[in-house]
Amino acid sequence: MSTPLVDINNLHVRFHGQRTVHAVNGVNLTLAPGETLGVLGESGSGKSVTLKTLLRLLPENRTQIAGDVRVSGVDVMALSGKALANHRGGVVSMIFQDPMLALDPVYTIGEQISEGVMRHEGASSREAYARALEMLTRVRIPSPERRLKAYPHEMSGGMRQRAMIALALACKPKLLLADEPTTALDATVQIQILLLLRELQRELGMGMIFVTHDIGVAVEVSDRVAVMYAGQVVETGSVRDILRSPQHPYTRGLLAANLHGAQKGQRLQAIPGAPPPLDTAPVTCSFAPRCPVKAAGCDAGPPPNVTLAPGREVRCIHALGEAQGSAAN
Amino acid sequence: MTQDFVQELGQELGEELGMEDAAAAMVASQPLLQVNELTKHFPLGKGLFGRSAGVVRAVDGVSFEVRAGETLGIVGESGCGKSTTARLLVDLIRPDSGQIILDGQQVGPEMSVREMRRRMQMVFQDSYASLNPRLTMEDAIAFGPMVNGAPRQQALALAHDLLFKVGLEPRRFAGRYPHELSGGQRQRVNIARALAFSPKIVILDEAVSALDKSVEAQVLNLLEDLKGELGLTYIFISHDLNVVRHMSDRVMVMYLGQVVEIGPVESLYGNAAHPYTRALLAAMPSMDPDRRTMEAPLAGDPPNPINPPSGCRFHTRCRFAAPVCSAQQPPPQILRDAGHLTACHAHVPGSGHPGLESAA
Amino acid sequence: MTAVSIEKLATVEKSPGYWAGVARRFSRDPVAMIALVVVVGLILMAIFAPLVAPSDPYRTSMLRRLRPIGTEGFPLGADELGRDMLSRLIYGARLSLLMGVTPVVIAFFIGSAIGITAGYVGGRLNTALMRTIDVFFAFPSVLLAIALSGALGAGIFNGLLSLTVVFIPPIARIAESVTTAVRRIEYVEAARASGASAFTIVRVHVLGNVIGPIFVYATGLISVSLILASGLSFLGLGVKPPEPEWGLMLNTLRNAIYVQPWVAALPGLMIFITSISFNLLSDGLRSAMDIKA
Repeated sequence: MSTPLVDINNLHVRFHGQRTVHAVNGVNLTLAPGETLGVLGESGSGKSVTLKTLLRLLPENRTQIAGDVRVSGVDVMALSGKALANHRGGVVSMIFQDPMLALDPVYTIGEQISEGVMRHEGASSREAYARALEMLTRVRIPSPERRLKAYPHEMSGGMRQRAMIALALACKPKLLLADEPTTALDATVQIQILLLLRELQRELGMGMIFVTHDIGVAVEVSDRVAVMYAGQVVETGSVRDILRSPQHPYTRGLLAANLHGAQKGQRLQAIPGAPPPLDTAPVTCSFAPRCPVKAAGCDAGPPPNVTLAPGREVRCIHALGEAQGSAAN
Repeated sequence: MTQDFVQELGQELGEELGMEDAAAAMVASQPLLQVNELTKHFPLGKGLFGRSAGVVRAVDGVSFEVRAGETLGIVGESGCGKSTTARLLVDLIRPDSGQIILDGQQVGPEMSVREMRRRMQMVFQDSYASLNPRLTMEDAIAFGPMVNGAPRQQALALAHDLLFKVGLEPRRFAGRYPHELSGGQRQRVNIARALAFSPKIVILDEAVSALDKSVEAQVLNLLEDLKGELGLTYIFISHDLNVVRHMSDRVMVMYLGQVVEIGPVESLYGNAAHPYTRALLAAMPSMDPDRRTMEAPLAGDPPNPINPPSGCRFHTRCRFAAPVCSAQQPPPQILRDAGHLTACHAHVPGSGHPGLESAA
Repeated sequence: MTAVSIEKLATVEKSPGYWAGVARRFSRDPVAMIALVVVVGLILMAIFAPLVAPSDPYRTSMLRRLRPIGTEGFPLGADELGRDMLSRLIYGARLSLLMGVTPVVIAFFIGSAIGITAGYVGGRLNTALMRTIDVFFAFPSVLLAIALSGALGAGIFNGLLSLTVVFIPPIARIAESVTTAVRRIEYVEAARASGASAFTIVRVHVLGNVIGPIFVYATGLISVSLILASGLSFLGLGVKPPEPEWGLMLNTLRNAIYVQPWVAALPGLMIFITSISFNLLSDGLRSAMDIKA
């Protein structure tokens, strides 16, 4: 097997401030080139923090990061100066929920896209503008020539999202990080953006990590899904496996709470309680206090990370039996 | 609009049941809330001399009714006027025109706004912004009864009762401040505050949209419990079609300030009549990895409600648009069963529209 | 990351109030605490000036004019009329603080009332009030203070009056903008939907949320007021000699700057220390009041 595009090994991220927050507690993730991984989790699950580590976007002075983060075999944590600048935008690019964060309000869309191309590839301004036009066409912005000269505030929400995608992909990155890019959009626009991302990912052959809280969105774009809870990946597998035979009780609860196909008048199987506060690092299963199938061993120590099949892992004591069962087969 | 269809409804029923029975049926099923031709236009760029650059037709001739004990879901995208409608109902924004009839009495001439607000309360989307950061939870809930004349001790006792009802132990939560609670807990407090008036109708404006999925399910269950226990009627506004389907008896779809379709939940989800409703349903992400969405049902963003398109407002994005669609506003049309209405020329015989099937 | 440890707080029945939290955060800010100590010290010094000052601040002595710092009996030297600098600086705190703080306090009440009314009522009243306020903004504050004092004539009362007029517009403007922002927040809408009167809503829901920011802003203005008051005195428009007031002292000693530069600079140093302390106090208050969810 060739080098994975992304290889995150035992990542820990801790924030210091008025309160210490153990945001990520031992995350392992891999992504093959050209693959799309959906990272599913609720607010505070550490999904966005994990994503930002890949670009070293976390504030250095208040963050303590431990673990190994590699993109195409390059140690991201060791990058600095020019190499880091080239990594950001050239190798790895990111799109956000709010395009106004990524787009500069005082420059036109054309200026912003071409500026990046000139910096990363040393292209002339004419080449860079040609690339900007090509990118706007690619993301299917109508009348792209005119839009090159438009400012972000002159565009509608969906159009801005497309412009941000064009900006992120202008330098042909190998990896695209998407942090809830469709959450703020209307339903009919969201599906357009999801389809666009799926198509571009295939056309450009890039890897993509798509963070979302919406299972439906994850299903539309991902090949594989990682479910995160309290700063840990609790379950990974193909979209089909996660949807059809979820193993972790949290994944099951999330699927039940998602209401797809829930009948009117039927009580929802809500997960009781709320996620843990994370001001201390977890020593046992973080989900145990809310778990409907909590067993005696759950409070004894950290749950085992059980590999059911290649690329199919569950961090749950109950998965042990499952693994033995499948091994016996 | 409503008047017309109520008459039509009466006539249809009349043919089936005989006129006397129909009249009796209409009285028996008098809606708890009836909204007629509600309209609100916001002038844009109000200059020093009141000149205006244009108007936002936020809500434009919206009519519907809500029956006692049911949940009416309202869905639509940003700019469709669903939140403005909610604010018009409780008079947070004064309507330009239209009638709101609650319990058979018209708000304004027959019922005071104060009395209306006692019977109709609202829960907002942002659980944090909805609570005054300087007030404890018990004070926040007791505020309403106190301004309506309840003595403080009685209002506080009521607040504790309500906290218990929404699943927050009063001893622990009564003295807390909003920033000490999680989003789900705050939204429970907001629900309790609305219930402090013993209202008949609670308007839930995206009340669970900002919550995490697992917490959202808890709050939805709570809402169902409270509804059964207190005999409430809900107007449930959301952009999440799954949640609306789960909660609602009937659903109303809005587009650019107008109602495009309203009907019983299963009829509307299973057999959507308006092309916009169909597009909304088709835009829902698929939950089946083997049957992903292959084509976006609509292109572009929803147009903004400033100077909206003529005729049917959806015609600029509608794949079935015919010449009649840009020329005339479609009338509400009764479909298969009497409760399912849509405003689309394709369903009006003789409108000049060839119909959805042939145009496709 | 809004999760609060519920289990930990479970035994606490009544949460500490907002202001208790502000006090706690403030007390953990060393810079703000030092500023507070300095300000309290200055105020105590002003109140108990007769007890603290070693000699009479008015007693002149032609023999001991412009003595350097460290002269026996004159620890901080003597001024151009041979008066004890230390005593004059201590007594000077009375008038200087009075001139610095009083206008801001009065302007705080008047400006807040105007701004909150304009902000909550909105519409035409807002336009009328705020445009009137804007007229005052057309003049630089120093110029406005000098013009008013000049027109009214010199004297402590007129100085206070003109400074108060100078500080009402900025406070009103801040009050208006924070009130306008708070008025749009949903808890105010919820209060309106509960049928409360405008007065009740302002009292319960608006005041508590806007008074903090206005107060912080006003404390920041005290240093400006101190300097303006000193400036007026310096120009002969405020306090009249022989009263000890830092600005006036700076003026009368300015000829001595080549003879006893350190003595001449002392009143300036006092103004500097006082105004920076009020500024740091204001900064500390601002960060202590800033609660994040």
